[in-house]
Amino acid sequence: MSFTDIQKRAIAEWDTLRHGPTPGILVGAGTCGRAAGAEAVLAEIDKELTQRNIDAIVMQVGCVGLCYAEPLVDIIKPGRPRICYGNVTPEIVAQLIEDYLVKGNPRSDLALGTIGHGVVDGIPNLFELPMLKSQVRIVLHNCGFIDPTNINHYIACGGYNGLVKALDMKPEQIIEEIKRSGLRGRGGAGFPTGQKWEFCRESPGKEKYIICNADEGDPGAFMNRSLLEGDPHSVLEGMLIGARAIGAKEGYIYCRAEYPLALERLRIALKKLEEYRLIGDNILDSDFSFHLKIKEGAGAFVCGEETALMASIEGKRGMPRSRPPFPAVSGLWGKPTNINNVETWASVATIIRQGADWYASYGTEGSKGTKTFSLAGKVERTGLIEVPFGMTMRQIICEIGGGILEGKRFKAVQTGGPSGGCLPSDFLDTPIDYDSLTSAGSIMGSGGIVVMDEETCMVDVARFFLSFVQLESCGKCIPCRWGTKQMLDILEDITNGRGKPVDIELLQELAQSIKDGSLCGLGQTAPNPVLTSIRYFRDEYKAHIEEKRCPALVCNALISYYIDPEKCQGCMICLRSCPAGAIKGGKRVVHVIDQGQCTKCGTCMNVCPPRFGAVIKTSGEKPAIPKEPVPIGFAGNTDAG
Amino acid sequence: MSTAAPNKFKEMEKDIVRLTINDRQVIVKKGVTVLEAALNAGIYIPTLCYDPDLKPYGGCRLCLVEIEGMWGLVSSCTTPAADGMVVQTDTPSINRTRRITVELIIANHHGDCLACAKSQDCELLKIARYLGIEEERVERLRKGTQVFSVDKSHPAFIRDLNKCILCAKCVRACHEIVCHDAIDIAFRGNLARIATFGDKPIAESICKSCGECVARCPTGALVPKWEKPPAEEVRTICPYCGVGCSIYLGVLDNRVISVRGDPQGPANRGSLCVKGRWGYDFINHPERLTTPLIRIPGIPRGAGQNGKVNEIFHEASWDEALELTANKLLELKDAHGADSIAALSSAKCTNEDNYVMQKFVRAVLGTNNIDHCARLCHASTVVGGIAAFGQGAMSNSYSDFEKTELFFIIGSNTTECHPIIGSTIKRRLRFDGAKLIVADPRSIELGEHAAVRLHHKPGTDVALINGLMHVIIRDGLEEKQFIREHTEGFEELRRLVERYTPEAVEAVTGVPKSDLEAAARLLGEAKSACILYGMGITQHTTGTDNVKSVANLLLLTGNIGREGTGFSPLRGQNNVQGACDMGALPNVYPGYQKVDDPAVKKKFETAWRCKLSDRPGVTVTEIADGILRGEIKGLYVMGENPMLSEPHLEHTRQALEQLEFLVVQDIFLSETAWLGDVVFPAAAFAEKDGTFTNTERRIQRIRQAVPPPGEAKTDWGIISALAEKMGKPFGYQSAGQIMEEIASLTPIYGGIRFWRLGQDGLQWPCPDTSHPGTCFLYQDGFARGRGKFHAVEYIPPAESISKKYPLVLTTGRILEHWHTGTMSRRSNVLNELYPNGVVEMSPIDAARLGFIEGDLVVVNSKRGRVEAPLHITEKSPPGVIFMPFHWREAAANILTNDALDPLAKIPEYKVSAVNAVRRRKKLR
Repeated sequence: MSFTDIQKRAIAEWDTLRHGPTPGILVGAGTCGRAAGAEAVLAEIDKELTQRNIDAIVMQVGCVGLCYAEPLVDIIKPGRPRICYGNVTPEIVAQLIEDYLVKGNPRSDLALGTIGHGVVDGIPNLFELPMLKSQVRIVLHNCGFIDPTNINHYIACGGYNGLVKALDMKPEQIIEEIKRSGLRGRGGAGFPTGQKWEFCRESPGKEKYIICNADEGDPGAFMNRSLLEGDPHSVLEGMLIGARAIGAKEGYIYCRAEYPLALERLRIALKKLEEYRLIGDNILDSDFSFHLKIKEGAGAFVCGEETALMASIEGKRGMPRSRPPFPAVSGLWGKPTNINNVETWASVATIIRQGADWYASYGTEGSKGTKTFSLAGKVERTGLIEVPFGMTMRQIICEIGGGILEGKRFKAVQTGGPSGGCLPSDFLDTPIDYDSLTSAGSIMGSGGIVVMDEETCMVDVARFFLSFVQLESCGKCIPCRWGTKQMLDILEDITNGRGKPVDIELLQELAQSIKDGSLCGLGQTAPNPVLTSIRYFRDEYKAHIEEKRCPALVCNALISYYIDPEKCQGCMICLRSCPAGAIKGGKRVVHVIDQGQCTKCGTCMNVCPPRFGAVIKTSGEKPAIPKEPVPIGFAGNTDAG
Repeated sequence: MSTAAPNKFKEMEKDIVRLTINDRQVIVKKGVTVLEAALNAGIYIPTLCYDPDLKPYGGCRLCLVEIEGMWGLVSSCTTPAADGMVVQTDTPSINRTRRITVELIIANHHGDCLACAKSQDCELLKIARYLGIEEERVERLRKGTQVFSVDKSHPAFIRDLNKCILCAKCVRACHEIVCHDAIDIAFRGNLARIATFGDKPIAESICKSCGECVARCPTGALVPKWEKPPAEEVRTICPYCGVGCSIYLGVLDNRVISVRGDPQGPANRGSLCVKGRWGYDFINHPERLTTPLIRIPGIPRGAGQNGKVNEIFHEASWDEALELTANKLLELKDAHGADSIAALSSAKCTNEDNYVMQKFVRAVLGTNNIDHCARLCHASTVVGGIAAFGQGAMSNSYSDFEKTELFFIIGSNTTECHPIIGSTIKRRLRFDGAKLIVADPRSIELGEHAAVRLHHKPGTDVALINGLMHVIIRDGLEEKQFIREHTEGFEELRRLVERYTPEAVEAVTGVPKSDLEAAARLLGEAKSACILYGMGITQHTTGTDNVKSVANLLLLTGNIGREGTGFSPLRGQNNVQGACDMGALPNVYPGYQKVDDPAVKKKFETAWRCKLSDRPGVTVTEIADGILRGEIKGLYVMGENPMLSEPHLEHTRQALEQLEFLVVQDIFLSETAWLGDVVFPAAAFAEKDGTFTNTERRIQRIRQAVPPPGEAKTDWGIISALAEKMGKPFGYQSAGQIMEEIASLTPIYGGIRFWRLGQDGLQWPCPDTSHPGTCFLYQDGFARGRGKFHAVEYIPPAESISKKYPLVLTTGRILEHWHTGTMSRRSNVLNELYPNGVVEMSPIDAARLGFIEGDLVVVNSKRGRVEAPLHITEKSPPGVIFMPFHWREAAANILTNDALDPLAKIPEYKVSAVNAVRRRKKLR
């Protein structure tokens, strides 16, 4: 079958789904959807349809990006626009099938928005919602809309046209096109992709490899996972085009075993590609042959580093090595190798299809195109987003993310995972691109954004990231192995109230040496969260060290719980709930917490009825409270001024 | 000339790199790293993980430098020097980073330097001093709190991970040099540490105890258990296997207290195996012989080894013992003729000892009845090799292994018996893409690395090789031009192997047809192949046929007389090559000059000023029968132990007990010495000067490090004294003087002089003092003219299994022990690592017989019975059991068959029919 025939069949199948006589139900069943209960929803749909004997196409799709509203269910009713419903439960599913599919009431009260042409009264267009309105979806354009296990959907939406086009181009032309598009590596370092390909192509050697780095390991980052789950073919098509350009006959996708769904969808996609002879020997009867293997990683963070990743594929312990030689010269099995991140590969096909100029029309001078981010932390709307470079952090957090959760104050935003930094509100209006983040002391990284509110202790955040990198250091080089442990020990001392005045200076000195001395990117960037938090939040460090006070009331060793004698009603709820038996008091008697016995678990604060609000959390200060329980109303006798 | 010179400079120019380091111009060869360039130029850069023998690692981060145009600090050990580079090695930023790095190590380094065995040469301490680490700067850091228990499980060394800095030299040495991978880095972050598989104690791991890691550890994390720093070191040669590793013996108070590999050693480049590293305490063993002993009159020979020495022997003066021996030997000669006396020389002794011994036998006793244990290991190699090529020695050198594309190893458990060669081959397979075919009835370790494994039945080597040649010829892969120009007898061979079809060979050998064909294709297609073999080939009644088959295969594929190819018999003992070269054989004088050649005889008669016999003497394996027939009355044994090494030991015992006179000269009271009438105390290798010739024909110097114990003397000294007593003084003053005499009479040793053997020794043939020695033989044609194909038919082993004896016993060595154990069993470390003999059996046989691991098993053959504990292992194929022969208490040679190869007179140690019964269950 020629590719044109394949395409014709695919388009026909796609049209039947969208405009055919059978209704379609699309369930967001990526990992985020499943975590929110998509499997129960699917079971319910199955049950309802069988019971009512309704014929419908039920399909699992990837993540649209509205993770906060998962599980998402789209319903295509013949003759009506497609409607997306959010936070769907099995009960809601039953109602939707009854009300909308059977009776025709679109239930605008449950709908998030319509997709595509046509208007339904009372339901906005999904893409006019604030979360989606300012996004530009190039990489994610299929995610959530097509069945990731059905190659025909991908082809019907223009898929593999890029490969067909690339087969007609000379490898040098492909590289030139990628260079002109301004695409930079989306794995974090932002190296120009076309140039990287060119190095590998020009490197002497017959056997060359390309690798897709799907070892996404930053805490709070899930862009690559969602993309692989939602649209695996976009990555594969990019790799095929890259292999053609570079002259590689073999490739690997290195994906962590903690992404079982992504791996499953990749395997299915690869099998379909083989069936369509879009991979293997003499692809589409051209002289181009390419074979691809999937390698599961065991979840070591350092294996995201390219030389460690290659060692892991070779069956060795995942440890990085010094460069030069660069992988483009001597990589996997000592052969020239090109490694790109999932998102980079996924950008390639669209660039070839739509042209470099079109792609380069998005973004800033130095950072072209779009970037996906996983928006996490204390924002109203978390999710997977894609925006052009140059958007400000404020737009991302306030417009797309809907601002800080529960109306609290913004404190900092962490980009780039453990290798990145924590940026304060001053940075909110800076347009985001590779260079602006670097100059602020952070990095783009693979695109994790963690938003922190006023209740976050920046010393504790630094401690958390250090404990992560320390645990994930491969142990090969001394500055990373023992330097990060040293910094972690100091940060633990500080958060435990044992910090010394010299510690900030010592942290900075160690941090500089670890950055300068470490072998690979992990160690070289590991101190970033500490350095940026000292740079922007030095006062918090000083408070911890000099006043033994945690201003955000997070560090357990530095906080205390007290019961306000003015507010306590002697109801005994906290007394009975305290797991440590640290509260003394009685009925109608002001309760007192024995500070020696208190484990600072916070139970008392949680159980104290909000109308009383008698439990206070403090740090560095001791409110006036009685020594011993006193009857209510006689709280004047205190031991502190 | 005028035009050639600039071109030559241009050529040289291409291979050099000019760079600037700290404002100094440095010129180095291309491919050198920045660190090496600096060190070459005398610019010190501290480093803890660099080792010139290991691949660049870049882990310690102390060798950081700044290079113009490169971002940040760069590790100089991993960065190749490039033209025009501008390097700074000593800037404030570099020093700050280095200092903090060392402070971090020290904060995490447990250990009291005063009490540390490495304090004298601890690299960390040296670098800390160089960088001027200050106490208070370390104090402000948080101290590492991790404490590991010290691993003392190994008998030879201690692993103290509290002192480990994770430079990974140990891991890299085990991976890159030994290719064994017993250890690796495990865990992550601060918890990262060196571990065995499963983080078990090292003694419970797959570690082969070679100590390569211990030798390279820069701190006190890996240290020998008892070693003290020596006062001086003496360069000499390891006394164990035939590889010939160079070592330094460390001496303190006239005792050998340490050993280290010589990094410049041509055979080993610093590496050693478990025996070479730890097996030297026998030198100082309390059981060393220190005075001559004479059997107390009336005590029969049978009064065995369980008696007390002073109940059987009395200590004697040298004069008394020599006098007695001289008189007794002269008596026998007068009464029964010179041929009534035989002598065994020794492959453990020096060339000089062996030369003097054979001279004594020929010139003083007047007989050619001299032989030694080469008869038992490679006699068939000498006969077969001479028949095919004209020489019986290894045709190539270790340096050829570096160029070989395909190794074919048959009948050699190389990693156990010649560990250093085993590692060399594994390195070539692992890092250079060389390929390996292993043919062995047992699943030996090298099989794990092989492209094709052929598990043929014991004793079917000829059939197997004929089958390989059948496929090579069938597929037209033979080297036609080479065969035409350099060989003879091909047509006959071709006709013979026609019948050895893969199907027929599968029926005889049990090797699947497809494996045979795959191996044949590899052999036929390789650009250079080398065949290594050991006693699996030689110790058969068809030993000579087997060797000829190996030669056939080399001639057929043209893999001889070129670099990277060759005929590689691996010799078992340190100087078995030399003992043969020295004429400790019944049919040849030194240098394989035939005793029955009148011209040769004349030459030696003139030189030695005496009449010589032109009748070839008897071989080791014929001596026992000669004694029992009453033809041989007296036996002189120097450093050999037939009471453990002969096949069918009961037969040997009967013969030795029947002797009229037995003299034994040894360093210990061996099983044979217990039967002696006179025992002479000899000097061990560390106590004498001389030369050993290794497997690759390399003559290397050994040097005296300590005096012999008590009144012990060098072997040549004892024999010279005896000759003098017998009225024929030799007049030697030194070993070097003996070598001059050897050179004057032995053409292949013609250019050998002690003063020429400095660093690397010399490989024979070396006809004169200006000759550089010979790396590989037959470059300009074969010693016999054309290489000769021998059409060899397969003959089954002499003994086959029967209903009563349903198992095949095959014997051999293990890594930790050597020969009859006189030395290795008196080494604490080796003895502790492998304390007793075993019977190895396949799980299938064990299950069939109902045996479990550790059962005490009795093995019976027609000739006797032996008891040993059972070890169940997949190494043994079903139907075949294996026993090492090192233990008196479980002497495998009680069982072995003394049937001989008709030409080489080598016994068939490798195939005996036996049965096995359980004596009692394992004690639990």
